[in-house]
Amino acid sequence: MSKEFSTIEYANFPDEHGHFGPYGGIFAPETLMAALEQLNLEYQSVKHDPQFLNEIAEDLRDYVGRPTPLYYAQRWSEKLGGAKIYLKREDLNHTGAHKVNNTIGQALLAKRLGKTRIIAETGAGQHGVASATVAARLGLECVVYMGADDVVRQAPNVARMKMLGARVVAVTSGSRTLKDALNEAMRDWVTNVDNTFYIIGTVAGPHPYPAMVRDFQAVIGEEAREQILQKEGKLPDALIACVGGGSNAIGLFHRFLGDESVKIYGVEPAGHGLETDQHAAPLCKGTPGVLHGNRTYLMQDAHGQILGTHSISAGLDYPGVGPEHAWLKDIGRVNYVAVTDEEALQGFRDLTRLEGIIPALESAHAIAYATKLAPTMGKDQTIIINLSGRGDKDMNTICQIEGIEF
Amino acid sequence: MSRIAQKLAALAAAGKTALVPYITAGDPRPEATVSLMHLLVAKGADMLELGVPFSDPMADGPVIQRAVERALAHHVTLDDVLEMVRVFREKDSETPIILMGYLNPIERFGYEAFSHAASSVGVDGVLTVDMPPEESFGYTPALREQGLDRVFLISPTTPQRRLRAVNEKGSGFAYYVSLKGVTGSNELDAEDVARQMLRLKDELQLPIGIGFGIRNGETAYAMAKMGDAVIVGSALVSLIEANHNQDLYTIELALGEKMQEFRDAIARADAEKSF
Repeated sequence: MSKEFSTIEYANFPDEHGHFGPYGGIFAPETLMAALEQLNLEYQSVKHDPQFLNEIAEDLRDYVGRPTPLYYAQRWSEKLGGAKIYLKREDLNHTGAHKVNNTIGQALLAKRLGKTRIIAETGAGQHGVASATVAARLGLECVVYMGADDVVRQAPNVARMKMLGARVVAVTSGSRTLKDALNEAMRDWVTNVDNTFYIIGTVAGPHPYPAMVRDFQAVIGEEAREQILQKEGKLPDALIACVGGGSNAIGLFHRFLGDESVKIYGVEPAGHGLETDQHAAPLCKGTPGVLHGNRTYLMQDAHGQILGTHSISAGLDYPGVGPEHAWLKDIGRVNYVAVTDEEALQGFRDLTRLEGIIPALESAHAIAYATKLAPTMGKDQTIIINLSGRGDKDMNTICQIEGIEF
Repeated sequence: MSRIAQKLAALAAAGKTALVPYITAGDPRPEATVSLMHLLVAKGADMLELGVPFSDPMADGPVIQRAVERALAHHVTLDDVLEMVRVFREKDSETPIILMGYLNPIERFGYEAFSHAASSVGVDGVLTVDMPPEESFGYTPALREQGLDRVFLISPTTPQRRLRAVNEKGSGFAYYVSLKGVTGSNELDAEDVARQMLRLKDELQLPIGIGFGIRNGETAYAMAKMGDAVIVGSALVSLIEANHNQDLYTIELALGEKMQEFRDAIARADAEKSF
């Protein structure tokens, strides 16, 4: 099997209709089909255009602060007593997470298409902040849809979005989290499709979003691969990233997919436990279906109704996942695992106290899995974790749990 | 010829526009649905559109969203909806029924199993909001195989090229979404619809139903002058909502009155059209 992984042309996926094997595609209401087609044409025409790519590269360097460091977490690694662990510091990006890599690119596309208004959905608020940020910079109107429950648990990010001039709409329908924010953003887009660009924050949704967002996030793995080769003189033995919709994960993984010696782990949120119904792990426990414009693994019941999910992390609290991950699971290239809320919290504490880095609760899931994996590996082996965001936004949640007055 | 095509052809021959009410199956409670379907027919429905509840109705406005939530509170499934159609057919073998909804419940059921089950209980057509012609290579043939019509949505943003695909792959009628927006929106522009109709009729051989945003006699009248069928949903569903704690009789009174308003408006339009 491993030989085959190096012969797959991962860059050729998806096909021209947006399919990754049986997954992906365009399952959208008719009103959006023309806009999706226009977006796809525009994206296909600029994605190899040196001028467009230069513009993005400049913004990533001077505005976002890339390249982000690859940091050897020595004290934590030694405590775990196994592999050397490197952190890809996406938390050091402007706005505090990997999300801005994508909003920079999509905002440039919005400008090219002559759109004056952008909308976005957000769970943890990181994508909302990154969208509000690029909107402020380009002088675009910005509306962010956010589940009403998430508005409460990610209050600092709500304040940031408002300060940046965005209107934040608290969505009270359904489960009041990320999936409902996506429904509401779709409804807005259907209504305002003429002047509005929808910046989707993850590698899901109708084609071309999963491919486009992946391409904008792939810079993470491009840099990390170069950096580890420079520091260690060899490829890493393992990669770890958390998976909600899966954009930070695909960003790190993509450049390494053809490197057959590299083991890849995507970490889903097990919430209160995979054996309960209180989790958000469609790849570990879900079944294929169609939601939000693409076919992928979903948390659903026997009748095709989407189930409510639970995760301590708002950014991972979603019943679906990007279609490329569904495909990578089926072909066996990536191992999808899960850690509980409690394990993620312990990961959060470990990194904070041992390395002085406060990770986002999303990223803490990847940290937590490393605490299981690293001790099983040799001291000459290396792991790269995508530290996808910083934890400032989670202070409300953490302080409540730890009994600290905020 | 399907029951839908026959009905629309007969109405067209008589110079009449079809009135097609929508309700969500299981709203406000599962045991009410079959009675409400019969009531709508008694009050002048030519065809019925029955909504299949789905947890994430991303093309629907707040009124239908809440109807779906009421139905899902009773755990109404696609099987239940098919059973409602079966019971309805015990007393009415004439009125065409179109199921409207989202793909995932059908995907889960299996395309072939669903087509077979739907056809055998007496469903006539299926409208799946998030299933465009591009992805329908396995789906439309399965429906066709069982004699079910595939009704596609067309919107103001649909380019001419896509109309051809709808004409080729759709059957029964084509459903024109009269505005950019979700169901029950409030910005219907009759002049814009009139312009669009010229373009559509140029390309489509199928009859055209017009829906989204038709809330009263006035808008129904305007649309009936242009389309072969007028589809009304949120205006009726909001009456079910306003009376959802009341007995069935109260709901039926409210719906009957609104249907009369639509029926009168369409009759007026038809009378003027025949001149």
